[in-house]
Amino acid sequence: MSATSNTAIVGIGQTEFGKGLAASELSLACQAIALALEDAGIAPGEVDGLASFTLEPFREVEVARSVGLGDITFFSQVGYGGGAACGVVGQAALAVATGQCNVAVAWRARKRSSAASRPWAQVNSRISDNGQWSRVFGLLRPVDEIAMLTRRYMYEYGATRDHLANVAIAARKHANRNPNAMMYDKPLSREQYMDARWISEPLCLFDNCLETDGGLAVVITSVDRARDLAQRPAVVHSFAQGLPRQHQTMTNFFTADPLRGPAWATADKLWANADVGPADVKVAQLYDAFSPLIILSLEGYGFCARGEGGPFTDDGAIELGGRLPVNTAGAGMSEAYVHGFNLVLEGVRQIRGTSTAQVVGADVSLVTSGEGVPTSALVLTEDR
Amino acid sequence: MSESAFLLPDLDDNEALAFWEGCAAGELRVQRCVRCEWVAHPPRPMCPQCQSTAREWIATSGRGTIWSYVVAHPPLLAAYSALAPYNVIVVELDDPPAVRFVGNLVTSADGEINEIDPHSIAIGEPVRVAFASIGGVALPRWVRA
Ligand SMILES: [Zn+2]
Repeated sequence: MSATSNTAIVGIGQTEFGKGLAASELSLACQAIALALEDAGIAPGEVDGLASFTLEPFREVEVARSVGLGDITFFSQVGYGGGAACGVVGQAALAVATGQCNVAVAWRARKRSSAASRPWAQVNSRISDNGQWSRVFGLLRPVDEIAMLTRRYMYEYGATRDHLANVAIAARKHANRNPNAMMYDKPLSREQYMDARWISEPLCLFDNCLETDGGLAVVITSVDRARDLAQRPAVVHSFAQGLPRQHQTMTNFFTADPLRGPAWATADKLWANADVGPADVKVAQLYDAFSPLIILSLEGYGFCARGEGGPFTDDGAIELGGRLPVNTAGAGMSEAYVHGFNLVLEGVRQIRGTSTAQVVGADVSLVTSGEGVPTSALVLTEDR
Repeated sequence: MSESAFLLPDLDDNEALAFWEGCAAGELRVQRCVRCEWVAHPPRPMCPQCQSTAREWIATSGRGTIWSYVVAHPPLLAAYSALAPYNVIVVELDDPPAVRFVGNLVTSADGEINEIDPHSIAIGEPVRVAFASIGGVALPRWVRA
């Protein structure tokens, strides 16, 4: 059993999602944290732990003094962008579990307009880091890097664009039920998917996540304390991070088996720490900066064998009512792309029973962060 | 960065300088451990097999096969957008085995990266290295073998 299993997510908060929001990232973070604390029924002055992304453009001290937090005795940051969301939540939970703090807050706030949010577009024209092995040849963006792995995956396993479309359409259908989703009122048909413009072949526009401004936060405390609070707790049953041997972030073309990404190492620890396994998971939020990451994650986290992730998505299997509903609020592709932090909140809502695409009996809820980078995952459960 | 510029390796401060010097000399080099001869690409300061810091650069055959490829479309940095759609390939070398390089498939060393019909490219195609001069830097490109 994981050390975090005596902790729970007891509050969630999020700002509006949009493009070109007026508020700064700092303001969005503060708003999300205040909303999460209000949701939890915990006063800001009780917060004594913080965990956030290294990509945040401001320091923890700014948040703490703006929101009116207490004396902070634990603060940490996790790198690798989309790989970090479950990592910051899990580290906050570990800090509570080990007594380094009593009430921890984890958050992500992002603005599309911020240069710091789009590392690929703000490089020097002379490169001495690992970009000299890929970017110099015009492999510029995250989508190009994942498209390279996707093409190989399709070649090795016979996966098709129809499989990728299954992922995009499932997310969109779920977003169409979620009034907070950026794509709430925009259905997506298979024809629209197939006719969409290319971004990096074999990936088209709808294989890509959205670009979103917004902030989200969660509050974590002990399960004992959670039992006295307003919300139904989402127990942090298991948590893992994964930086596999010989991995190279995003351009993972240089290992013996590039299609076996960080999900596998993360899953090994995640399930080893858990009293449940993949067969017990009722609903999953799988990080989706790009549609093929869902297919790889289905394999990595043990829902099917290698090469079977494409066919796994057929026949509505990852839609509400299917055998494993995935990304039930629309996730990065159709709700909002905030480096996957919105997936954590949806994982919590499924345990609470308050999702707009609620899975009946969702007592075990998986959340993962970015495949393709050093990553992290959470198994959330009911208090039992 | 300058909006019109291609991205190029920094030849002033770069631990992989010997690789780019090799390109200028017409060699595709990889880094090898002096002690155990394990080949590492991309290069690194220590051998992950034996922890030796004694590193050397050796020439490869420059021959391999296409392992994967993409066709990039805008939005892209301006210099690349002007060439889009263009191909980017990953080549797996024949020797040393399992060493892979990112590059571009062209018809000749100084050809543009967008001149080959991307839909004619196939995984498994044999290719060999050729060196283009871009902004005063020798870059490895790949031509059909
Ligand atoms: Zn060695």
